[in-house]
Amino acid sequence: MRVAMTGNEAVAYAMKQINPEVVAAYPITPQTGIMQKYAEYVANGQVDTEFLTMDSEHSAMSATIGASASGIRAMTATSSNGLAYMWEVVYIAASYRLPIVMPVVNRALSGPINIHCDHSDTMGCRDSGWIQLFSENTQEAYDNAIQALRIAEHPDVLLPAMITYDGFIISHALETLNTYEDDKVKKFIGSYNPKYPLINPDKPVTYGPLDFFDYYFEHKRQQAEGMINAKKVILEVGKAFEKEFGRSYGLFEEYRMADAELAIIVLGSTAGTAKVVVDMVREKGYKVGLIKIRSFRPFPEEELAEALKRIKVLAVMDRSLGFNGVGGPLFNDVRAALFGRNPDIKVVNYVYGLGGREITPNDIWNICNNIRDINLTGKIEKTVSYVGVRE
Amino acid sequence: MSNKTWKEIPIGGLIIEPGNSVNYKTGGWRVFKPIHDPTKCTNCLICWIYCPDSSIIVKNGKIEKFDYDHCKGCGICAKECPTKIKAITMVKEE
Repeated sequence: MRVAMTGNEAVAYAMKQINPEVVAAYPITPQTGIMQKYAEYVANGQVDTEFLTMDSEHSAMSATIGASASGIRAMTATSSNGLAYMWEVVYIAASYRLPIVMPVVNRALSGPINIHCDHSDTMGCRDSGWIQLFSENTQEAYDNAIQALRIAEHPDVLLPAMITYDGFIISHALETLNTYEDDKVKKFIGSYNPKYPLINPDKPVTYGPLDFFDYYFEHKRQQAEGMINAKKVILEVGKAFEKEFGRSYGLFEEYRMADAELAIIVLGSTAGTAKVVVDMVREKGYKVGLIKIRSFRPFPEEELAEALKRIKVLAVMDRSLGFNGVGGPLFNDVRAALFGRNPDIKVVNYVYGLGGREITPNDIWNICNNIRDINLTGKIEKTVSYVGVRE
Repeated sequence: MSNKTWKEIPIGGLIIEPGNSVNYKTGGWRVFKPIHDPTKCTNCLICWIYCPDSSIIVKNGKIEKFDYDHCKGCGICAKECPTKIKAITMVKEE
């Protein structure tokens, strides 16, 4: 059905269709809209969920972990410092191999305090063992919420998954999207049948025992395998989703890449703006293409290097800063992917949009000009640039 | 403990077999060892109630021995033994 919804409403709607047994909530802007809407579904009796209003995000994630371990579907959602406050238990959810799906509405981390979009929150736990799927718009946020469940619960994966979308830009903006019928979504996600539920008197199990030098390493190795397998499963689920609902999803989206010599890599809502600019500069004869990463974790290293093999200059756009003295987190991962695979490519980093700073088509046009100049002159003046910051 | 590979063990650090903590010998953690003096002991069994590791073995209502495979040497038994009796002393492990 074609409807108009905000990103938060669309994700709450996906959650209603998933109908998890437990949802634990603690408010934080810009996530609050999800749980506000979901509380309405609970109050109206439209879902069967036990809705827990918690005293903090740390408790919300802990309750979600407990509920999920018991053998049911459990969800929560957060943003920014809420995610940071969850951090300890975020790792535990992944370590216990609980397929929790959590929408994270990207918002800048404090301080100084800020409520607007950047990706510093989810980047902070990019290696916590959670799958991370980024969404360009409301439709993708909705679709990712549905797919994430099936990916996370796949027996070869069994890892929690964050679906992320940009605070305010997607979460609060009204967009049209296609929603699917309840029974079709229900059929697509199937039922959750964990092998070792915590609540099963006939087959008692222990979650979270002490694990020393004799086995901890083996458990981490298993976890690494789950993340490696996730890549294949994301593709499988994407194909199944396309068959059922007609929209195709992979590890990343390629836009006008077939004959491109220059390319931009981007995450989230900026991809929408950048595609418009790519079309504009194409008319001027620049052979620019775009790659929008959907699966940031697992990171599609080989596939990305393959997709970029004909590219001469690449602009990596980071909506967060890695305070490592080098560049943004996406830039570092992309460069690592290219190392030893694409020896001739030149890669530059554009950090932009921190704390909700606007990114305009003009800014992206300038980036296209910069990479074209690098291609013509063969010289990189600045490896890392800060787009839109007052110098 | 057996040394299984990462492919052979349940994921997530789960213990899927109940009641197997007995296989994990925690006696090696001990610095001080409880020594029981049956001549002073009145078998009130307060130590048996307090022992967090079920390491005081009682037979026919009387303390028979300590389970040194699992006793961590916490000293709670010696502390809880009534002041006038003090039938348990903690001795440094050699």
